[in-house]
Amino acid sequence: MNEATNKTNEVILSVQEVSKSFGGVRAVVGVSFDLRRGELLGIIGPNGSGKTTLVNLITGFVKPDSGSVKYEGQDITGWMPYRIARLGIARTFQMIRPFAELPAFKNLIIPLFSPRVKTLSGGKYGDLDSVAKDLLEEVGFERESSVTYKAAGSLPHGYLKRLELAKCLALRADLIILDELFSGLSIAELASIVPIIEKLMVEGKTVIMIEHRLRELFRIANRVVVLNYGHAIADGKPSEVMERDDVKQAYLGTE
Amino acid sequence: MLEVTLIYGFINSIILSLVALGFSLTFGISGVSNFAYGAMYILAGYAVWIFINKLSMPFFLAVILAVVLTAGLGLALYRFVLLRVRGLVISEVIATFGVGLAILELFRYLGFTTFEYTLPVFTDGSIEIGNTYIDHQRLWIVGVGIALAVGLYLFTHHTKLGLAFRAIAQDEKTALSLGINSDRIAGISVAFGSGLAAVAAVLILPRGTISVNEGYDVLINAMAVCIIGGLGSTVGVVVASFLIGYAQMLTDAFSGPHWKMIVSLVAILIILVVKPSGLFGKQKELEERI
Amino acid sequence: MKQRRKERIDRGTKARSDDIFALTSYREMLYVAVPPVLPVIALLVMPLILPPYWQKVLLQTTIFALLAISWDFLVSVGMVSLGQALFFGMGAYVAGCLDHYAGLPIWLTIPLATVFGGALCTVLLLPVLRLRGVYFSMVTLVLPLMLERIIEATGMLGGTEGLTGIKPFGNSWVEMYVVIIVLLIALFGFRRLVTTDYGLVLKAIKDNDRSVMSAGINIYWMKAQALFISGSVGSFCGAYITHVYMFVGMPDFALDYSILPLASAVVGGMGTFAGSVMGAFILVPLSEALRNVGGLRIVLYAMSLVVFIVLLPEGIFHYIQRKYQQFERWVEVEG
Repeated sequence: MNEATNKTNEVILSVQEVSKSFGGVRAVVGVSFDLRRGELLGIIGPNGSGKTTLVNLITGFVKPDSGSVKYEGQDITGWMPYRIARLGIARTFQMIRPFAELPAFKNLIIPLFSPRVKTLSGGKYGDLDSVAKDLLEEVGFERESSVTYKAAGSLPHGYLKRLELAKCLALRADLIILDELFSGLSIAELASIVPIIEKLMVEGKTVIMIEHRLRELFRIANRVVVLNYGHAIADGKPSEVMERDDVKQAYLGTE
Repeated sequence: MLEVTLIYGFINSIILSLVALGFSLTFGISGVSNFAYGAMYILAGYAVWIFINKLSMPFFLAVILAVVLTAGLGLALYRFVLLRVRGLVISEVIATFGVGLAILELFRYLGFTTFEYTLPVFTDGSIEIGNTYIDHQRLWIVGVGIALAVGLYLFTHHTKLGLAFRAIAQDEKTALSLGINSDRIAGISVAFGSGLAAVAAVLILPRGTISVNEGYDVLINAMAVCIIGGLGSTVGVVVASFLIGYAQMLTDAFSGPHWKMIVSLVAILIILVVKPSGLFGKQKELEERI
Repeated sequence: MKQRRKERIDRGTKARSDDIFALTSYREMLYVAVPPVLPVIALLVMPLILPPYWQKVLLQTTIFALLAISWDFLVSVGMVSLGQALFFGMGAYVAGCLDHYAGLPIWLTIPLATVFGGALCTVLLLPVLRLRGVYFSMVTLVLPLMLERIIEATGMLGGTEGLTGIKPFGNSWVEMYVVIIVLLIALFGFRRLVTTDYGLVLKAIKDNDRSVMSAGINIYWMKAQALFISGSVGSFCGAYITHVYMFVGMPDFALDYSILPLASAVVGGMGTFAGSVMGAFILVPLSEALRNVGGLRIVLYAMSLVVFIVLLPEGIFHYIQRKYQQFERWVEVEG
């Protein structure tokens, strides 16, 4: 485990008994967990188990029916997404839709334009273009290579995912939520993205990953929460959680 | 006095739902907001007039023909215009708006604006409820209006086509994979909506002269009802119609007919502030917040 | 299987003037400079050579071009207005009232109407900003028609008669050049604005509002700002016309002011502002030339709207720009 200083042990995000129904479907039912600074939490579960809804509840895209979400001690339940983002919670989307006609680096202007970034850089925006190019380099776009200038719509899948990561970096987020970042990536592409996430962890960021690719996830995650039919059925170390019968059942679908 | 207000408020409400049903149905199924809706309504009115007065057709044949014609026009609108811009909301809005405008203003240009353009009532005469006289046409409106609302409900819940409608409305991709031709269904939904506009027209228009401006009023009323009731919700249409219908009648009775128009406007603005998806909006909250 | 595909390649001069700017002859300089400069010169010279009647047409065209630009700007933020007449009428009535009831001079009424008209429209449409898509179109279509009815029914602000005797400009040259200069400022200003970081964010809202939202940007506030900018331009048009016609009344909310800007922008080509101006300069004079067809005018606008949105959605401006900057050839590709 991490070196257990006070800083790393502090609870950064606290989700308490959140529930949400759409029509008659109970998408998330009374889910609770605490997340400590510096943790990498994986949220796993079969399709339709409420993972993305849970992310939407945390980031404000969906308002919970009941329960509360606290970030750094502040109650953010039901806040608008942009206010939550300004606190330093960044997210990626399952369906990646970049600003297709814009060059890749210009895609980062949008998070860089956020009031959060302005405040953190001392009230001035400065030259956002060059900041954007630096960020792209951080996520593995070769400096001054043509991909940086290519229209984002024409980028290969692997680059698009990295672009999404760069957006989170641009916001200088403390908590980064990645919704199925690994899906659709080749082994080689994965090998180039995993180090970026590992670097985030070294920098002290907190990360939540929704994943279906468990093998890759378990290599980097230090904790997982398993969702099934909207319920959190397990919470613990990856190796322990996967030993549990109910988790196996949820995944294999045996009765 | 109160009795008159209550009865005429009821009729007014039914008229509003009649006018809004077709617009709501098309949107609810295919997501197309048909801005040519008011034009379809007026077109049906003039078609009946022409069939009767120029081609000397019997009344009921003229009505049926007009309804079929309008529905066919709706189908054509989908096939030749909407299909090419499907999914591009901006283009859909502009294209249907353009078609509607072209039809309405063409009628104005051709001079269909005088008092001779009236439709005959279904049956003459009136009955007395309490101390209020109600003419037969208004009874027809109430009868057909209620029958249509109930019929539509049964249709969408118990027939194959109706169920296909609902399947498309809920999840177009899944419906597609189940072998439902979503383009065909969407086309039928536009045709269906236009046909309903025609039915509303032949029922409602005999109360006065047909005028081009009424086409705009119909579109405004239909949209007002749908915004307040929630786009695509049939229950919402009925409830919103009664809310606006009675509110209009009450303002009419207590502050004069001039203020009737303000009711819908104020209602729209209030609902957008308080519950933006409408009273019975089906829009998922996810979309609503963004 | 062999297939044929059309290939488009930038012309050499275009490629060299884009990033590195290496032009080698006067001919190439002309190639780059003529398209933006020539129309500007033409616009500035036209009032001097046109007969009085066509000067009035030019004035109208310029106003519609401005309205089309303001419409185009809203669309680039993802808001399709079907009621530019709302902005126009609001500006017209604010200016008219300031003149009629407060007796303010013209150099105060127009700027005040520009700002307050824009602000009023923004406040009226504020509730709709939270919703996406067709709601905005519906409400913008409904509002001007309803305001017209309300003025008619209640007799407020002059009722059906309107307010007459508004102060004129006094000098027809000032009148003409004020609006031409404003058009040029708006055209180049907006073209510039959308390339700035601020403009980029505005346009991003149209593409993917959720992504913008999760970047910590309050999209409603941004949309409100865009609405205010567009509303102010529209209100300026209304205020200006009020002083030209020395009258404000219900016709200021008429459908013409909604449909013509829309048609101009669609025919000319959305998203470039130059296209909107081009569209207005095609449609308005055309309808003047065809003025004996009278009421058929709106039908023609509406038809051109449908035809262009379905068959040439990029619009005339993009089409010409492409032909000017690229050559096309057929190439064979492995299918």
